[in-house]
Amino acid sequence: MTAWIPAGTVYGTLLNFRREWDLWSSRMAQDPHKAAPKAPVLYVKTANTFCPAGQDLLLQDGVSEVDTGATLGLVIGAQAQVVGAVLLNDWSVPHTSYYRPPVKYRNRDGYLALPSRTTPGQLQDWAALQIEVRRNGDLVQTVDLRDLMRKLPALLADVGEFMTLQPGDVLMVGTDCLADGTRPRAKAGDKVEISAPGFAPVITTVRGAE
Amino acid sequence: MKHARIAWSGAIHDAVEADGQLLLTQGPHAGRHVSFDEVVWLPPLAPTAQARTVIALGLNYADHAKELAFKAPEEPLAFMKSQASLIGHKAFTRRPLGVAYMHYECELAVVIGRTARHVKKADAYGYIAGYTVANDYAIRDYLENWYRPNLRVKNRDTCTPIGPWLVDAADVPNPMALSLQTTVNGKVTQSGSTADMIFDVPTLIEYFSGFMTLNPGDLILTGTPDGIVDCQPGDVIVTEIEGIGALTNTIVKATP
Repeated sequence: MTAWIPAGTVYGTLLNFRREWDLWSSRMAQDPHKAAPKAPVLYVKTANTFCPAGQDLLLQDGVSEVDTGATLGLVIGAQAQVVGAVLLNDWSVPHTSYYRPPVKYRNRDGYLALPSRTTPGQLQDWAALQIEVRRNGDLVQTVDLRDLMRKLPALLADVGEFMTLQPGDVLMVGTDCLADGTRPRAKAGDKVEISAPGFAPVITTVRGAE
Repeated sequence: MKHARIAWSGAIHDAVEADGQLLLTQGPHAGRHVSFDEVVWLPPLAPTAQARTVIALGLNYADHAKELAFKAPEEPLAFMKSQASLIGHKAFTRRPLGVAYMHYECELAVVIGRTARHVKKADAYGYIAGYTVANDYAIRDYLENWYRPNLRVKNRDTCTPIGPWLVDAADVPNPMALSLQTTVNGKVTQSGSTADMIFDVPTLIEYFSGFMTLNPGDLILTGTPDGIVDCQPGDVIVTEIEGIGALTNTIVKATP
């Protein structure tokens, strides 16, 4: 069996965890943002970012460390219905500004680590899911989907208001930050594992350019 | 050669332009000519094995940047779209109810022809399959300053007409000197030249391939010049680029 790869477009969601929202909230009304976001803030993870299970993440083109982005991806079937889910590692180059689209931070080759397979199920199965992030064996983050700003049904409804998710698309529900607003960093030599009960884990070894 | 992808006689066909008609090039009807009005025009792009990467540029013409009250960017301002937002020539685009400002954007669309990574500007044209016309509609009411322009403005169903033709790169000797224009109900509202891009096509290919792989069939929508106006239901918008094609689209009212 070959490792799973998304058949459609993968979307990410920004600022969908309470902790990061609260850290940002006092600055949301300031320039350049001028107001808190109303609609879901989304981005696209293009096909060049897909990194099938078992492949390493190669840091190159001047990047020396990356933010870990443990998340749940909702897998879409017919009629924009959710048919399953996957754990994903939505890697990004650390960036502190959310003003402009994050193409050069999020769309680099290999920056979406995939599991070997999807897990069938329904939204309510994952409402209280806890996702653990380990770096070199140490637990560095626990992501709790009870902390989502937009819960899964609300996120799907608000995205569906302006675009129809297609069969094979994946909607990532967001990545949480740590207490200080950063995300667990990884650099060459690190092994990062993302796991949750019932899901195929996402395990990635990070390598530097030789 | 000008390539099209059309639905006709219950199936999808590849075709080329021949003497003001479409010549079907494969399948049981290969060799047959059909008229432009007989077919449904699809985006002129072959399907890809994985999701097609669609890169779009903001503020890539100095006059448009000025029009929107921005200083010209120091590096390309790019955002990603999904291929599900693409529709063909002569299609309908929905204007949501209750919005104040929905505008077209006439853009030269570059179609990548072979896998591109770390491509130098001087070699960039060798990676292009051809060119088409895109109309990258925006609904400014939904603009928010978070990953701006945000997807609710720029990645809406029906809001990216593209076509009618994919014109072979070999037939476009200088893509950086093409006139662009848009008409609304026959009246010219936008005119410009690809010569006025801030980041030209080879520069864009070098920039993007510097950190990501571009695959055959991927698209780069290169931005739009000055001259955007509001479009209302019933308006017929024609975005045209010299030597590439004239892309027709009609605005319809969204159902509640």
